[in-house]
Amino acid sequence: MSLARQPMRVKLLYFAWVREQTGKAEEQVDLPAEIATVADLMQWLQSQGPQYAAAFQRPEVIRAAVDRRHVRPAASIAGASEIAFFPPVTGG
Amino acid sequence: MQTADFDAGAEIARLTAARTDIGAVVSFTGLMRADNQGKAITGMLLEHYPGMTEGELARVEAEAHERWPLQASLIVHRVGALQPGDNIVLVVTAAAHRQAAFEAAAFLMDYLKTKAPFWKKEISADGQAAWVEARASDELAADRWRLPPAGAD
Repeated sequence: MSLARQPMRVKLLYFAWVREQTGKAEEQVDLPAEIATVADLMQWLQSQGPQYAAAFQRPEVIRAAVDRRHVRPAASIAGASEIAFFPPVTGG
Repeated sequence: MQTADFDAGAEIARLTAARTDIGAVVSFTGLMRADNQGKAITGMLLEHYPGMTEGELARVEAEAHERWPLQASLIVHRVGALQPGDNIVLVVTAAAHRQAAFEAAAFLMDYLKTKAPFWKKEISADGQAAWVEARASDELAADRWRLPPAGAD
């Protein structure tokens, strides 16, 4: 019996300068099954073309939310339907 | 969240109307300045994450109600295009006594600034647009409200 390693379909959202650099506000993507964490996903995104490489070249300055909750880079993305990337917030 | 302006006085009056249990109201209004670190600013664009913003604001408001005996509270935050002098944010807290209202208002603002997904883009007098960078001092301000871990003395 083999473990099913199917691609995972998620909605990615980008805000502020991350949106400007990727050139899109949101997209649906099929992620390879080996991507387990937010940090993995940022590393994978870096390889998706020059705009993504530019947007995610310094992952340490990018914050993330999984299903609309703030998470750390080590957070799992298992079962997520919406993952957002953005700079540190500047409201108020 | 709204693109329209707000009237802090009218919001406070609405919050306290027909109430006789409120003894203290504290409000904070954040306005847009025409300068940032010596640079002349002529406009601002405020972006947010629809769907998450509402959830984060509801969460910080619920936490304030858990930590202080509040009778009522209100958060209004504008999004979209703003000009110097415009209102940006309003926080109102109401309690029986002043200490809870003062502390909860400061807590709400400090948490909002580090948790609520808003981003400001400033347009300077020379036409350049730049995303505002988060300040370490805002993180420190929010950190002071951190509760000691459970079990700590």
